[in-house]
Amino acid sequence: MNRSPFHPSTFGSLFAAVCLSLAGCKPADTGGTSKDAGSGTGSGANPGKIRVGEYASLTGSEAAFGQSSHKGTQLAFEEINKSGGVLGRQIEHLVEDTQSKQGESATISKKFISRDKIVALLGEVASGRSLEAAPTCQAAGIPMISPSSTNPKVTEMGDYIFRVCFTDPFQGRLLSEFARKTLKAQRVAILSDTASAYSVGLAKFFKDPFMAGGGQIVLEQKYSSKDKDFKAQLTAIKAVNPDAICVPGYYTEAGLIVAQARQLGILVPIFGGDGWEAPQLIEIAGGKALENTYYSTHYSSENSDPLVQAFVAAFKARFNGETPDAMAALGYDSAKVLIDAIKRAGSTEGPKLRDAIAATKDFPCITGRTTLDASRNASKAAVILTVKDNKFKYVETVSP
Amino acid sequence: MIEFLQQLINGISLGAIYALIALGYTMVYGVLRFINFAHSDVFMLGAFVGYYAVKKLGVPVGGLAGGLLVLCLAMSICAIVGILIERLAYRPLRSRPTLSVLITAIGVSLLLQNLGQSVFGANPKAFPRLFPETNLHLGQLSITSNQLLVIAVSLVLLAGLHFIVHRTKTGTAMRALSFNATASSLVGINNDRIISFTFGLGSALAGAGGILYAMNYPSIDPLMGTMPGLKAFVAAVLGGVGSLPGAALGGLLIGLIETFVAGTGWSTYRDAVAFAILILILLLRPAGLLGKSRSDKV
Repeated sequence: MNRSPFHPSTFGSLFAAVCLSLAGCKPADTGGTSKDAGSGTGSGANPGKIRVGEYASLTGSEAAFGQSSHKGTQLAFEEINKSGGVLGRQIEHLVEDTQSKQGESATISKKFISRDKIVALLGEVASGRSLEAAPTCQAAGIPMISPSSTNPKVTEMGDYIFRVCFTDPFQGRLLSEFARKTLKAQRVAILSDTASAYSVGLAKFFKDPFMAGGGQIVLEQKYSSKDKDFKAQLTAIKAVNPDAICVPGYYTEAGLIVAQARQLGILVPIFGGDGWEAPQLIEIAGGKALENTYYSTHYSSENSDPLVQAFVAAFKARFNGETPDAMAALGYDSAKVLIDAIKRAGSTEGPKLRDAIAATKDFPCITGRTTLDASRNASKAAVILTVKDNKFKYVETVSP
Repeated sequence: MIEFLQQLINGISLGAIYALIALGYTMVYGVLRFINFAHSDVFMLGAFVGYYAVKKLGVPVGGLAGGLLVLCLAMSICAIVGILIERLAYRPLRSRPTLSVLITAIGVSLLLQNLGQSVFGANPKAFPRLFPETNLHLGQLSITSNQLLVIAVSLVLLAGLHFIVHRTKTGTAMRALSFNATASSLVGINNDRIISFTFGLGSALAGAGGILYAMNYPSIDPLMGTMPGLKAFVAAVLGGVGSLPGAALGGLLIGLIETFVAGTGWSTYRDAVAFAILILILLLRPAGLLGKSRSDKV
């Protein structure tokens, strides 16, 4: 008897809260459309600003990625606006935060398209969230460029969806070669995140070529995002005594995993993909635990290419001396590829813009010369980094 | 065998943290007969007090004294917050049905989480190292000094609580209040004061738990309390909510079960198993493992 009134009343209050928040949206909505009337997307007749949307995980567990990527994109648009814009029009850069949550991206992309009338969408870093927004863009005929979602499914969502980074099958193949040739590992254990499309995909794309090349996967263990304790899985891994451990996850968990592995006396090399790329990795794990760990990523700020060095200098000048990481470089590249396509298309209409992006060839990006192939993926080189003395260090470059 | 012993160590050290949080749940329940859902967010607050004490106030860490200072600071601030929460949110509802207080507790929990996200920021932060850390190796087994510390602090706090509840005047008053609030005020016990004290004590435990948890898993965020809080709640129910030794036992069992489930390749079912246990306990033994005898209750 005591319990029965509990459920209806919570649902009642939840319902009330939902109604309130919906009611709160309405007036803002109408305000938005009336403002839109002035600028619009313009079919050439209206010389207003070109509106480009960006959705990123500015807060939450992948915030380091979203923040970096956003800064890169911001820098690219500021540069182009300073030099007079594109097609004689300035770019208006609209940003929304996905809070690293599932479900936000779809809502944000709908809002961008129906209310803000954007001409193109940039984002997200995490593959799972890019997959949420892609169907909306595809249906509306608005091109979307993901800076760094590496899961192959993202661009398979339709012919309006592009990316400027390499894909997980490439990254997995590269990691398997690195494990076999450089680390001389034959028996590898995998610890992957079942709650992220990125991690599940990368684990598979590492495993297949590694086993085809004669390697052995001795144990596969799983965790799920936001877990903090991995000692149980790591103890099981320690018992089978692998030559190396593959952790294809994001930095928050990877940092804790590396620290706990070293505490358990597991000293073998641990390696992962570009999900490790964040300064927080070192803060969480501690520099000492990260010795003998490796990850593949899109670029190294130590690259001596003048284009890269100019970007690093501009980024440092704009963001208080911060060194741009791979996510920042890709965020910058995604904006640059879009601007270049708008220039070549001479228009911001969806189909024309899509064709122009698809025709991107040998475009000089910070992360290497970029050509978009028939399946709208970029083919480009990758680098392997390690950690020495609390700093990320360049190990080698691998071409596709 | 080595693997089994290592998992046992992992499980006990995880369970000790759950036990510490579960003690707070169970104490408040013992006195007021309601689950204080904001407890897990006071736990989060404890970790953030530690973080800011080191980063902003510059408490020197890495030595024993600095670490203990941070621990005490977190416990006292959490105690004050706990007392404030009780005074502002729960006391005005004292004469209302327990249900109203329960819903208010959920509200306070959401308030603290969202306040945390706007004040501290939603990004995970790396927790500083408070105490000197070493890995002890016994043959192939390994245990960190942090894990030992967690177990030691949990044992000390459990003994201290037992002493307070069973050997002091305040403890006697707490027990009297839990039997019958009207009768206890008739014999001259100041119920308000005792309830404030209980909340303070419970929240101090949560604060200590937050620091110890953050030391072992040095990535903290405003929503970090939710999962361990739920697990500790399951632990408290498993052991028999209202019973102090029950909370400790429940925490230990949940920690061990989780570790062994995760270690055998069923890691994705780890949380599912913990919550399945809650359902089973509620169906088969609603009073919990040690929750039968009333005289044991706080």
